[in-house]
Parts: sequence; C-alpha cells; structure tokens
Amino acid sequence: MIPVLAEVTDRWLWWNWIDRNLGLIRHDLWVHIELTFLAVLFGLVIAVPLGVWTSRHRRARGPVLGFTGILYTIPSLAAFAFLIPYTGIGNLTALIPLTAYTLLILVRNVVAGLDAVPAEVRESAQAMGFTRRRQLVKVELPLALPAIMAGVRIATVTTIGLLTIAALVGLGGLGNLLMIGLNRPIRTAVTVGAVLSVAVAVVADVGLAGLTRQLTPWVNRRGGSTAPA
Amino acid sequence: MNFLGSVVSWFRLRENWQGASGIPNRLVQHAEISFVALAAAVLLAVPLAVWLGHKRRFGLLSVNISNIGRAVPSFAILVVGSQLVGPQTVPVVGSWFVFVALVVLAIPPMVTNAYVGMAEVPDDLRDAARGMGLSDRQCLWSAELPVALPLVMAGVRTSAVQVVATATIAAEVGAGGLGRYIVEGLSLGPTYNQEVFAGGLLVALLALTTEGVFALIQRAVTPRGLRQTRTRRVRPVDKTPVGPMVATVGAA
Repeated sequence: MIPVLAEVTDRWLWWNWIDRNLGLIRHDLWVHIELTFLAVLFGLVIAVPLGVWTSRHRRARGPVLGFTGILYTIPSLAAFAFLIPYTGIGNLTALIPLTAYTLLILVRNVVAGLDAVPAEVRESAQAMGFTRRRQLVKVELPLALPAIMAGVRIATVTTIGLLTIAALVGLGGLGNLLMIGLNRPIRTAVTVGAVLSVAVAVVADVGLAGLTRQLTPWVNRRGGSTAPA
Repeated sequence: MNFLGSVVSWFRLRENWQGASGIPNRLVQHAEISFVALAAAVLLAVPLAVWLGHKRRFGLLSVNISNIGRAVPSFAILVVGSQLVGPQTVPVVGSWFVFVALVVLAIPPMVTNAYVGMAEVPDDLRDAARGMGLSDRQCLWSAELPVALPLVMAGVRTSAVQVVATATIAAEVGAGGLGRYIVEGLSLGPTYNQEVFAGGLLVALLALTTEGVFALIQRAVTPRGLRQTRTRRVRPVDKTPVGPMVATVGAA
C-alpha cells in the first residue's frame, strides 16, 4: 500500500487528487482573487488622493515617495509577523501589508501621470472656465489614466505573487496549496498552486491591459502619445 | 505585561544571543545565504546583460524578463526546488535548492536594469567616444559603463533586498536565518507571538539596512557629473523600467 501511495504523491500531476479537491482549489483560487482585488482597490482609494496632493505640493514628494519606498522594503513575511499579535490570523492581516505595498507603485504612477499633463492643456482648461476640481476630474486624471493603469497592472501582478506567502502564516489563497504540497507532501498540490498563481497573474495583466485600451480610446498605441482625439 | 514589553524581554533573554539559535548566528546565516546567492547572480547576470545592452541585442527578452519574474511567486520556486532537490546541504552555499532559488530570483531585475542602462546610453555619447578614437572595447569600459553604472547598481539593489526577503521565507523549507524565528514562533502557537514579532523586526531591519547600504553604493558609483543633472521628475513604474524606480520594484 505504502509504496503505491508514495509513487502517487510523488507525481507532479495526479488528476485524481485534483478531481477530489476541486472544491478546495476553487475556494483558494477565489480567496486569492478576492484579496488581490481588495488590496489593489484599497491601494487606489488611498493612492489617487495622495498622488493628486503630492503632485500639487512639490515639497511633499520626497517624504511621500520615500515613505512608500520604506514600506515596500519591509519583507512581507516580516510585515505579517508584525500584525499577527494585533490582528490575529485573518484577512485583515494579509490586506494591510498588501495594500501598503501597492502604494509605492500606485502613488508614483499617479504623480508621474499628472506631471506629464502638458501645461497648454491645463491652461486651455483654465481658459475655458473649468474650476480646479473639474479640471482635475475632466482633464488631468483622464490624461493620467494610462500611467495610472500601468501602475494598477504592476501592483496587481505583484500582489498576486506576494499573496502566496500569506499561507505561511495560515492565511488563505493559493499559497495554501503550496503548503499542502510541502507538508503532506503532495507534489500535485504544488503544481496546481504555482500554475494557478501564474495563470491568475497573466490573466489579470492581460485583462487590465484590455481595460486600459477601453478606458483610453484616444491614446495612439503605435505612437504611444497621449494626444486626445 | 503588555505585548511590546514581552518583545523587549525576549530580546533581553541571554539564550537568544547565544548558540546556534541565537540572534548573532541566525543573522550571520541570513547574511551568508543572501550574499552568496547575490554574488553568484551578479556574476552570472551583470556581465551578460551589460554586453547585450552594449550590442543592443535581445532587448525585448531582457526588458520583459523582470515582468515574467514578477508573476512567478518566490515561495512557489522554493517549494518546487525543495521537492526536486531535497534537503541537500553544500558547504558555503548552504542548502542547494535555496541557493538556486535565490539566484533565479535575483537575476531578472539585474538583467533588465543592466540592459536598459547600457542600451539607453545616448547615441551622441557613443559617437563622441568613437570620434575621439576609442575602440569598441574602450568605448564600453570608459564611456558607456560609467554612465550606465547607477542603473546597473539599482538592479543589484532591487535583487539584494528581494534576496534578503526571500531568504526569510526559505526558513519554511528548512533553511536557517532570521526567518526561523517567525516560522518556529508561528508553529508554537499564539503564546510565542513575541518571538514572531521579534523575528519580523530583525528581518525588517536587515532589509532596510541592505537597501540603505546599496543606496550608498549606488550613489558612490554615480559619476559626479550625472549626480548634479539628476532630474526631479517622478518617473512612472512601467513595463519598460527606466530610472531609479526600478530599484524598488519586486518585493518578496
């Protein structure tokens, strides 16, 4: 019995195991997608206002970008370790560091996107009698959208990768499958976890690229310029 | 006793500063694992990428390799490695598959940065160097490389921080280093949370120190003329990374 079992668990692709654990795999996949979505969403909620503010206050740039850089340098496992004593083993413990990590990428791209809005465009909007707020919402942010979306893509792919580490501290997601593969050990679980994680990252990246194209139809992709139609 | 107080007393315990599981030994282990892997990756990646950038060949691959690297979770590489190679230990490099996993992770950011750094050396500068009678080789060494060096070092810096972070995760698959405090503390349950927290603190300090040291090296290798013309513009994090922001992309 035992040698047979060993032979089976040693296989990198054991369809029977996948078939029997479809529910578990689907659950981990869903948790992974959900947490990634929430982390990037919270990141955007913080990064867009912060980026707008930072782009208008030149002096704030160094401190804001420096601070997000320091946050980014802290290894994720260490960040989880800091939070567990306070927030326990739960989704919040995963979400706080992952949201913090997206800030470096998102804030930077919001600021860079707003910086790249040509002065003539701003002046035209002003001359047309746009209020400051309308100018931001109707002119500047749409023109910054390609840069912001590029940031969202990178933040999403990075978050998907980092989330697998959350399993080390008992949090959900596809990292769970890697832990099963490591501890039982069932190699098939490793394959499924790794392949799904990469697949989710690729699908998200391609999907967001498509969304960017839908949101910014005026961008001339070949020339790469951001001239409005 | 409050929680932070228990963390402080963990640090004051004499046994945590002595022996194989003491902080000094674990710190040295961590630094050793990380340094050996980083050094190997630098030797493998930097000369090749610098040369490719000089020749401007394989640009698409060199630039995209770090995007691919970002999508592959480091923890998955470690687990697959531990399954393939098993717990073999080798002198100097420590655990063989951890070494290989760390090298694999460290290569992409260095390739991208070194390539972009070299390929983006302005044509005027190359032409001027050739016009002064420099050979192709001299042009590489005394004109292009000094200009590209800050970006090359930015890649090494990204990789260094990433390797330190991933060496922490490697504790889960049996490697030594500071990650052991986190992994062991977690396996012992909530009453050992102060050890988990202390481990996190030590790892974070090591990562920040690594970042700081490499930032200083990066500054030191920047030619003086380039330091003053540093643009104040913020560059976006993009698919084609340019500038110092690449330095911070790719955490673990």
